[in-house]
Amino acid sequence: MAERPQSLDVPADPNVAIATVPTYPPVIAPGHTLGSVTDKISSIVLTKKTPAGWWIGFLAAFAIVNVLMVALTYLLFKGVGIWGINIPIGWGFAIVNFVWWIGIGHAGTLISAILLLLKQSWRTSINRFAEAMTLFAVACAGIFPLIHTGRPWLAIYWLFPYPNTMNIWPQFRSPLIWDVFAVSTYATVSALFWFVGLIPDLATLRDRSQSRTGRVVYGMLAMGWRGSAAHWHRYETAYLLLAGLATPLVVSVHTVVSFDFAIAIVPGWHTTIFPPYFVAGAIYSGFAMVLTLAIPIRAIYGLEDFITMRHLQNMAKVMLVTGLIVAYGYATEAFVAWYSADKFEIFVPFNRATGPYAFSYWSLILCNVLIPQVLWFKKVRTNVPVLFVVSLIVNTGMWLERFVIVVTSLHRDFLPSAWGMYSPTIWDWATFVGTIGLFLALLFLFLRFLPMISIAEMKTMVPESRVDEDLRVI
Amino acid sequence: MSSKKPDIYGLMAEFEDPTALVAAAARAREAGFTRLDAFSPYPIEELHHALHTESTKLPALVLIGGLIGCAGGFGLQYWVSAIAYPVNVGGKPYFSWPAFIPVTFECTILAAALTAVLGMLALNGLPQPYHPVFNVPRFALASRNRFFLCIETADPKFDLDETRKFLETLEPREVTTVAD
Repeated sequence: MAERPQSLDVPADPNVAIATVPTYPPVIAPGHTLGSVTDKISSIVLTKKTPAGWWIGFLAAFAIVNVLMVALTYLLFKGVGIWGINIPIGWGFAIVNFVWWIGIGHAGTLISAILLLLKQSWRTSINRFAEAMTLFAVACAGIFPLIHTGRPWLAIYWLFPYPNTMNIWPQFRSPLIWDVFAVSTYATVSALFWFVGLIPDLATLRDRSQSRTGRVVYGMLAMGWRGSAAHWHRYETAYLLLAGLATPLVVSVHTVVSFDFAIAIVPGWHTTIFPPYFVAGAIYSGFAMVLTLAIPIRAIYGLEDFITMRHLQNMAKVMLVTGLIVAYGYATEAFVAWYSADKFEIFVPFNRATGPYAFSYWSLILCNVLIPQVLWFKKVRTNVPVLFVVSLIVNTGMWLERFVIVVTSLHRDFLPSAWGMYSPTIWDWATFVGTIGLFLALLFLFLRFLPMISIAEMKTMVPESRVDEDLRVI
Repeated sequence: MSSKKPDIYGLMAEFEDPTALVAAAARAREAGFTRLDAFSPYPIEELHHALHTESTKLPALVLIGGLIGCAGGFGLQYWVSAIAYPVNVGGKPYFSWPAFIPVTFECTILAAALTAVLGMLALNGLPQPYHPVFNVPRFALASRNRFFLCIETADPKFDLDETRKFLETLEPREVTTVAD
């Protein structure tokens, strides 16, 4: 929070600056004041006129939420038999989508926590909605393992340790239980982090709202925040500590998710590279989703002053780096399979590339490895429409990656007599598409009712916010 | 408190920029005032130095919270797996502690994070539905672009006229009386 934007530190001699400092686009457009930042961001929420585009987007997303409702109702009525899963592929779309959504969430925590600790001031204008994205993605992810149990209300006793009438307790040596703890902790800490960040902004909305309902609701949520210096001090301490706690947490979550696979002996799953490879993939897909959301949002709400080309370029660079790590993961996976001299392991990459799911595998390589290489070029990184398309392709690629890992590993394990095929049914697709609708609907509600950019943090980016040098000696 | 007017919480000076607030806070501390608070729309590091609000118990509380979460999470798994419901899983010992590390870690983080947030709110005295500073109409700008310094009547040095004169010397935009 206290970091100062490097781009605003104007050197004394401009000629020296040109010679030594590369020029970056600023993290906030020049000319903004404390007042203009407050008014611009809060007016999006406090306006009485809801934009027509918002209604169209929200209602479209809400229509898809209803698809999810129908799919879930029918599922609870009939059971998981309505999906394409069967032995040997018991983990179809449910787990593919779970891993995909959880991975998307990871970029939000990375932006809000890790980039905060690294004093990357450019994170400030994107962290709030990236955190919201995390929350909604985790909400979508959480649905899948729950409904995959078929009768969730009967499954609680092995998910959570609580004294039940059967005197049965969870099996703590199972990575599936680790997953329950990792994901529920992640959801809780993400919500806390998000809410703490919102408190000063809720106070701003309380003070600026014209309607009584607005003042009462935002007032209750702000809990009486008054911007006292002593409060700010503890607030900043708490925020930094949360960032420090969330950083190892986010790495642990996808590590534990990868353990769901790596602890099993199935060829293609049983590999030690999974934790780092999953974490890199999570950040890759998450940044792709942040770009997918940020590009239309900044255009529609006219936020180009706050989400500048600097942000888009930096995110493209993070995508390029994590994409290369993921590509390296694919290569290592194949190399280690060959090096193991285990015929079942060697068969896995061969089967992925030439077997019945070869189409998925090569689409994944195209989407995740080949196409993102265009991000090496600055012309691409500064071309917003192309960047948007690349981000969509990476989102697709990362979904395909999880499909390939889950399905191709299970469909050909040790005994040919146990081999099988998997194809999703209409209900698999309806549930998946339904969660995309849920994600978007929640995001639309967030954009309408809460400030999508941290007002208090953006203020620290404005030159006016700084205390004169000669006073700092006090 | 009793010698002063009971219906006044304090005197509040409004400033237009952070430098003026930090300077005013430092001058007020030098003048011997102890019951004073400054309000700003965003955190100002220099203000903490000026007001000597640099130490907080919060990190220690978070450490304790994390340790409790760690011990609780590990203890729960030990009790469940070795005492309450011992099940032979793949021939592993009942007390198979390496398998307990992920859940122990998550419980540590969860308890520490909850302590950080609830501790911050508790030490700040939040939620607090009513506070006298909100009686000043212009205080609504404290969350936008204005900076305020409030000296409370509870301060031993507080005197309505003298303190007002002192605040006027700090070149504020205006000085207002805060009703209690």
